[in-house]
Amino acid sequence: MSALTVNALCKAFGGLHVTTDVNLNVEPGERRLIIGPNGAGKTTLFNLITGELMPDSGSIQLFGHDITRVPSRRRPHMSMARTYQIITLFPNDTIIHNVSLALLGLSPMRWNPLIDMKRQGHIVEQAHEALKRVGLSHLAERPLGETSYGERRRVEIAMALAQNPKVLLLDEPFAGLSIDERRDVHQLLLAIPRDVTMVMIEHNMDVALEFAERITLLHFGEVIVEGTRAEVVADPRTREVYLGH
Amino acid sequence: MSARVIALAVGFVALVTLPYWMPGIYYINVSSQILFSAIFALGLNILAGYGGLVSLGHAGLFGIAAYATGYMLQHGFGHPIAILTALVGGMASMAVYAVLSLRATGIGFIMITLALGEIIWGLAYRWISITGGDNGINLHGRPQPFGIEINTANSFYYTTLVVFLVAFAAVAVFVRSPLGAALMGTRDQARRMNALGYHVWAIRFWACMFSGLLTAIAGILFVYYTQFISPQALDLTASAEVVLMVIAGGAGTLLGPIVGAALVIVVKSVVSGFIERWNMLLGAIFVAIVILMPEGLVPGTARLWRLAWRKAGAQASREAERKAGTGS
Repeated sequence: MSALTVNALCKAFGGLHVTTDVNLNVEPGERRLIIGPNGAGKTTLFNLITGELMPDSGSIQLFGHDITRVPSRRRPHMSMARTYQIITLFPNDTIIHNVSLALLGLSPMRWNPLIDMKRQGHIVEQAHEALKRVGLSHLAERPLGETSYGERRRVEIAMALAQNPKVLLLDEPFAGLSIDERRDVHQLLLAIPRDVTMVMIEHNMDVALEFAERITLLHFGEVIVEGTRAEVVADPRTREVYLGH
Repeated sequence: MSARVIALAVGFVALVTLPYWMPGIYYINVSSQILFSAIFALGLNILAGYGGLVSLGHAGLFGIAAYATGYMLQHGFGHPIAILTALVGGMASMAVYAVLSLRATGIGFIMITLALGEIIWGLAYRWISITGGDNGINLHGRPQPFGIEINTANSFYYTTLVVFLVAFAAVAVFVRSPLGAALMGTRDQARRMNALGYHVWAIRFWACMFSGLLTAIAGILFVYYTQFISPQALDLTASAEVVLMVIAGGAGTLLGPIVGAALVIVVKSVVSGFIERWNMLLGAIFVAIVILMPEGLVPGTARLWRLAWRKAGAQASREAERKAGTGS
């Protein structure tokens, strides 16, 4: 059974077809890379998979369950997590508060108006655990507003990992990072165990190619090429889309 | 943090001993007004401050609770029934408000709540068989909680103070809780909260209900205080006034709405005795606050205090350095 299956997915904004008949089949434990030029519809595809956008037609399955009509807020509860290309964090709070929110999102405790959030031992513990995985536990109490861009990227990943997902969607996790930071994040992603299936959008080919086993090339909302790393790199259509000849 | 604890302790002692040092009954009554206005402002602050949802129709809810109390008493029901009806009526109206207005956020939310508030004002003004129209409803007597008369200024003040302290404690507990954190999360990043598995709409709905409860409590205290309710208490000015209390004091802070309520009520009922154009003075104060402390009086003062503290600290260390330099 596949971890994530997308069948004949279509989405149009008026006359603009942003996703046209996209099929995707990601096996459990796989590392999939989605590439494509700007405006190819990569983030839109993520938004469809996570349910932030509703598709016009087609279906999405998570471990065999049809989740096409499941509200987006339910999908994290079904072991799907994502990060955002544009950093979407809580700037007024500390790093650990950000990660705690991710943990509480999956806990029934999130409805409790009476207990002190900071005193919930296991939440704090798990948050520290997640921060340790991304190498930020020493900055746990720092307000997010006082952290660097690279640290925020890692907080994004820590929040996704804290939810212990089976399918992790990473939207350009290397965007805007320096070479050193990129290497750190790369190491961090490589260390994620194989029981997590990962789908990553990335422009940055040198790090991304190393990461992925299979690659899907999107262009104008359509899947142009799909195959192993070597196949896609060697394919003339990849050259055409990326280099224009 | 210890400065905060000391300030809270001093405030608490000042409130408990207030009738003993406040010169005259009039000022004790003003203090009661400040306290129930503060409950009202605390209620609005749940939405406007912590939820990022500014309501311009909260006086309507306040009015529904006050009218419900008055109406039930007028028709011969006892105080417990009247209060219960007011609470249930206020909460039910808030639920309707929430279902209608939570379809939008930002300006849309403001406009829908504004419209709902105006509808309620219109009903209070025109549905004469129930509300008495412009004449309003007169009350006769106050309840006797646990057999205690609360007809004097002092006893009513203490009753209001107890209710206020409970409301304040409830808000303080709420903002530290997971649900409170979730509400602030929906204010800052609604989309992310949804992607993390939170039901954004439901969180906002429960915040509305909590806000509605505090508003209804304030409305009941108000009507028992004035012994009278008329459409004037729920017009747009009243809704705007409580928004100003929250913003002037500091939206999204625990103490801000209380300080804001004190400011507005003091200018309205005390300073207005000396200055005829007190409305203009209130306006000027708000302009000054917005220019000098856009975050509100409480966080603004805290910021200036920290700044002064740091400057003094730096000065002291520089002086110590200089002394050490000349000494060697």
